[in-house]
Amino acid sequence: MQVLYFAWLRERIGKSAEELELPPGITTPAGLIAWLRTRGPGYEAAFIEEARIRCAIDQEFQPLDAKLDGAKEIAFFPPMTGG
Amino acid sequence: MFLVSVQEAAFDSGALLAQLGGEGVGGIASFIGLVRQNASGDLAALRLEHYPGMTEAALTRLLDEARARWDLAGGIVIHRFGRLAVGAPIVFVATASAHRAAALESTAFLIDCLKTGAPFWKAEERLGGETAWVEARAADEAAAASWHNRAKNLPQGKGRL
Repeated sequence: MQVLYFAWLRERIGKSAEELELPPGITTPAGLIAWLRTRGPGYEAAFIEEARIRCAIDQEFQPLDAKLDGAKEIAFFPPMTGG
Repeated sequence: MFLVSVQEAAFDSGALLAQLGGEGVGGIASFIGLVRQNASGDLAALRLEHYPGMTEAALTRLLDEARARWDLAGGIVIHRFGRLAVGAPIVFVATASAHRAAALESTAFLIDCLKTGAPFWKAEERLGGETAWVEARAADEAAAASWHNRAKNLPQGKGRL
């Protein structure tokens, strides 16, 4: 699946997107976050405060405990600051 | 006419407002958001990042929600991205309706909800050259939530504005 990062998550991780194979047993964005955090200090720094992470699955806003099944694209980002 | 646009280019407010006129339209309400200088006076510009593909869909959904709640003859939402200097317009919202309440209220709804409901992120570029991400404000979240707590489709003009 395509994983996208925006704003300070993108900066801390050092990339805006990557193609990942969803590891077995991971079924939610929260599970994916826990796994991503093991991938290096940049990921750890990006995801350390889960309360400040929002996500979208296939471009729909979803809670972190939503189901990932069949998702093609997941995006992680901070609370939005438009307007 | 109903229009949503996510763009780097500036917009022409007068031309956009003129497009909302029409025979059944009794009023047009609008809001234009500008890049405001910060309290310490050291803001050079905002840098706005967004989620291409999703942003237009999110704004379209908000406009659709406004059309479901108010009787609108037209509506325009334009949000800019990229580097925007202090004083530059960032966002344009306008709606047209037969009566003022629907236009005024739906404009307020759209600007309140797009601040926290569309995938944009602002970073401040300071005069010294450093940048800092803008934190989401609890007051903005509360303003958006208050619209979703109100009863939908109240009778037009009854106890409103």
